Amino acid sequence: MSRSRLLPLTGIAAALAAWQIAIMLRPSLIPGPIAVAAGIGELAVRGLLVKYVVASLFRVTWGYLAALVIAIPLGLMLGMVRIGEMAMNPILQILRPISPLAWIPIAILWFGVGDVSAIFLIFLASLLPLTVATMNAVHNIDPVQLAAARNFGIPLRARMRDVLIPAILPQLIVAMRIALGVAWLVVVAAEMIAVNSGLGFLIVDARNAGNRYDLVIAGMVLIGAIGVVLDLLMRRLERLDSVRWGYASE
Amino acid sequence: MKVQFSDVSMRFGAMEVLQHISLGAEEGEFLCIVGPSGCGKSTLLNIAGGFLSPTSGAVTIDGEPVTAPDRRRIFVFQERGVFPWLTVEGNIGFGLFDMDANERQQRVAQYVDLVGLKGFEKSYPRELSGGMKQRVEVARALAVNPDVLFLDEPFGALDSITRLQMRSELLRIWRAERKTVLFVTHDIEESVQLADRVVVMSARPGRIRRVVDIDIPHPRDLSSRRYIELRDLIFGEIGLAHQV
Repeated sequence: MSRSRLLPLTGIAAALAAWQIAIMLRPSLIPGPIAVAAGIGELAVRGLLVKYVVASLFRVTWGYLAALVIAIPLGLMLGMVRIGEMAMNPILQILRPISPLAWIPIAILWFGVGDVSAIFLIFLASLLPLTVATMNAVHNIDPVQLAAARNFGIPLRARMRDVLIPAILPQLIVAMRIALGVAWLVVVAAEMIAVNSGLGFLIVDARNAGNRYDLVIAGMVLIGAIGVVLDLLMRRLERLDSVRWGYASE
Repeated sequence: MKVQFSDVSMRFGAMEVLQHISLGAEEGEFLCIVGPSGCGKSTLLNIAGGFLSPTSGAVTIDGEPVTAPDRRRIFVFQERGVFPWLTVEGNIGFGLFDMDANERQQRVAQYVDLVGLKGFEKSYPRELSGGMKQRVEVARALAVNPDVLFLDEPFGALDSITRLQMRSELLRIWRAERKTVLFVTHDIEESVQLADRVVVMSARPGRIRRVVDIDIPHPRDLSSRRYIELRDLIFGEIGLAHQV
């Protein structure tokens, strides 16, 4: 096995071993890795594993897609139209440091307790970083390339499709990856208050219903693992031939 | 006159960049504009390309005033102008959006061939050398069949060997296509190798100091007496003793 695979696996194995040893030396409510693995097995047997994972992914998908659909055109517009940016930028900057979780009361007021609230929080969490990143990506386009495109007199729509979008795509993909990470971070928090399924719900529910810390940690492990998988999937986009020019490392 | 500058002046704020430039280029002529850096030669070319409007004066092409960029006259930038997200083929075909697919493909193949990039059609610019990228840009410009080409120090970023090769390539293409060419450079040797006439500009604010006819037939012998004479004349005109 190559070193690049062996070393990460060794790291994980060492962390698990340290965890197990610590639990054996000083027993507490916190279970060890073996108990957590058993907990994941139990969830699978009860049919909750797939159900909760799908529920969480469902919410992220809709919230995130809605954010993409609004943020990318908005960011493009603000990037191209200077006065639009000047008018909107202060609002974006003020909204940005507000944690999406601060919107929970308002989300519940508007959408009630349920899926829509959770989706709305995810939507909010991805919307701002995506909008700002798209806008900045437009500003970063090499003016020489815009001038060249203009010189050939291609119509506006084709200029969007063949120049503007491809020119921002490398930066946009990075922003999309980061925003998906944020969305995943927020889904768990959103599920803790608003719904009765999903991995975030699992964590709260397991604690409330009899201090099942094995299931609490099982939920955490699943969140981490799925987060990694989502990130790896987004990274594949960065290897597309038409965007590789935008990344320094070849 | 194909391209006519009439009393063109340009200022950016308090800075005077160009002063009373009057200059004409004939149809099919290869005109080089040389001058020290900052003399406004790029600005002059950008005005002719329609990317900038002069503070006073005007540029006409075929008697029509230039007000905006136009696909009948294409500007070639340094290699930065190629689109890195398109393949060689995609770049060369970029300006041919109004052609049907078949015609477009034929035209692209023709210009891939002309600039010697056969076999690289599907390559992306990041896989090409600087000289090859510059060929892509020249081919992209020629493919739309413009009647004027503006080249702004197109070979400035290339190493000296590639630069020499690109010059003879450009001359070969120019002889084949007979476009009117306005070529800006700070390289005096380059101008004497390429041009029918060399326009020598002063330091900022840019004025025309002198227009030199290069009366040497192509291919030019770079060690001929006449070549050296003309080159030294321009060196002297710019105020450089030809010594290191």
